[in-house]
Amino acid sequence: MSETPLETLRRHRPRWDRVGERAVEGLIRLCGYSAILFVLGIFLFVFREGAPLLPKLDWGRVLLSPEWYPTSRMHVRYGVAAMIAGTLSVTALAMVLAVPFGLGAAIFVSEFCTGRVKETLKIVIELLAAIPSIVWGFIGLSVTNRLIQTYLPAPVGLNLFNAACLLALMSVPIIVSIGEDALKAVPDSYREAALALGATRWQTVYRVLLPAARHGLLAAVLLGVGRAIGETMAVLMATGHANQFPRSLFDPIRTLTATIAAELGETAVGSDHYRMLFVIGLMLFTITFIVNLLADLAVRGVRNKTG
Amino acid sequence: MVNPPAKIAVENLRVSYGHREVLHGLSFTVAPNEIFAIIGPAQSGKTTLLRCLNRTLEFTPHARLSGIVRVDGEALAHVADVHALRRKVGMVAPLPVGLPMTIYDNVAFAPRCAGVRDRAELDARVERCLRQAALWDEVKDRLHTLGTRLSGGQQQRLTIARALSHDPEILCLDEFSIAIDPVTTMRIEEVLRELRRRMTIVLVTNLVQQARRLADRTMFLWNGELVELDRTEVIFGDQPRDRRTYEYTRGFFG
Repeated sequence: MSETPLETLRRHRPRWDRVGERAVEGLIRLCGYSAILFVLGIFLFVFREGAPLLPKLDWGRVLLSPEWYPTSRMHVRYGVAAMIAGTLSVTALAMVLAVPFGLGAAIFVSEFCTGRVKETLKIVIELLAAIPSIVWGFIGLSVTNRLIQTYLPAPVGLNLFNAACLLALMSVPIIVSIGEDALKAVPDSYREAALALGATRWQTVYRVLLPAARHGLLAAVLLGVGRAIGETMAVLMATGHANQFPRSLFDPIRTLTATIAAELGETAVGSDHYRMLFVIGLMLFTITFIVNLLADLAVRGVRNKTG
Repeated sequence: MVNPPAKIAVENLRVSYGHREVLHGLSFTVAPNEIFAIIGPAQSGKTTLLRCLNRTLEFTPHARLSGIVRVDGEALAHVADVHALRRKVGMVAPLPVGLPMTIYDNVAFAPRCAGVRDRAELDARVERCLRQAALWDEVKDRLHTLGTRLSGGQQQRLTIARALSHDPEILCLDEFSIAIDPVTTMRIEEVLRELRRRMTIVLVTNLVQQARRLADRTMFLWNGELVELDRTEVIFGDQPRDRRTYEYTRGFFG
């Protein structure tokens, strides 16, 4: 049997070429695995700092009581219920504001916008994503604070609503840019087929494009949620940082992240208070994990239903 | 004999993409309930011509059109409801594009966009269109699975069913048999002969024999020019007017 030209080429390839290819392959493999390594590493580090306190905690009280007195002389209490409520409520409210806006903007940029307007919008949205969170905090303290006090029935301007607005503004650009990518990934042939069947542009969007891009759009929303849950500086400055259950939109609240940021610098390394803050870090980990898991299940559910 | 008013009338149609003109002034008419075949080698402008008929040409950013295309006497450039026009002129593309939804939803898509909500009516339409496209027996037990999971030939018949779902008056088929086997092709040709009683059919095809089997009249396009348009027997006969027609239909070039 004679050799094909390709085989000849392969056999005569210089040795260093093959070695080089192996090396690149290994390097890429390493990059891939490093993601797992980093996540595990971060989790282990946080866990190591918090772990000694875990057996000592009365979990019922920690999770259900709002009483957070980590430095009390008489009776130290580590109740984080109010902070969990604070984190969840501010994130939920931020998403109520950000998801319709973000997805709407993504649809507009991707489907209804062309040429100059589209390019300008994309640049501005990316700029919005690049504003540091501390600057958002300033805006919360000086601009929205005053607006809320003037125009809304709120005794204080630093509250749940203020922080949720900031978080919404911070997550909208992420939702828009990821959502736009998801819509852009839908093949043009779908658009043409739908339009050729007499669908209007809007019918094309909501009957064809949104279902086709749903995984990517869900990812966009999730990244927005992730940003809102993890955000620290802006919420520390804008929520009012009051450890209580929110009863209305305009109550000051306190979040898990802001507590860590505000208190970690004041604790002695290795003290119970210090370890408790790391336990809070673990809780944040758990919350984001649950959110991701739920989303994953939701996606699978959708897939099974239509598949 | 009085000629019936033309279903489609094209006058001096020119289309260019950027600086490249691909249709150089075509004029022809298509009669109601006619099967009108367009043959010609690749790059001769057949698909572009079809895209003018339902105004999907305007999706291509640099396409420019001059001349007049009329459907039922109405100039397409002045049509107010382009969506209604696209329902009136059904289109089947050469490579099937199954929309990412169930078989049922694929066929019910256009009627729903047109505002049909009644479940029973949708059911009836879906069944009728799938039967007409010779697909019903193969998919009737799995109407609610994804249309994109069908085989290539089945997907093509699905797009034909979809094009029939909005009761078009004109059905344009762009090389529909490219992705289907000969037996199915024959079945669909049978269906087309049936459908012509209710609609006008414009058939673009690379298979000259398909034009010969089906068409009343055949138009031979070459490099964007109308070489010859006549009754199919003449085009495929021994003495078409143009030598190129004779050579093309006998496979001497193409």
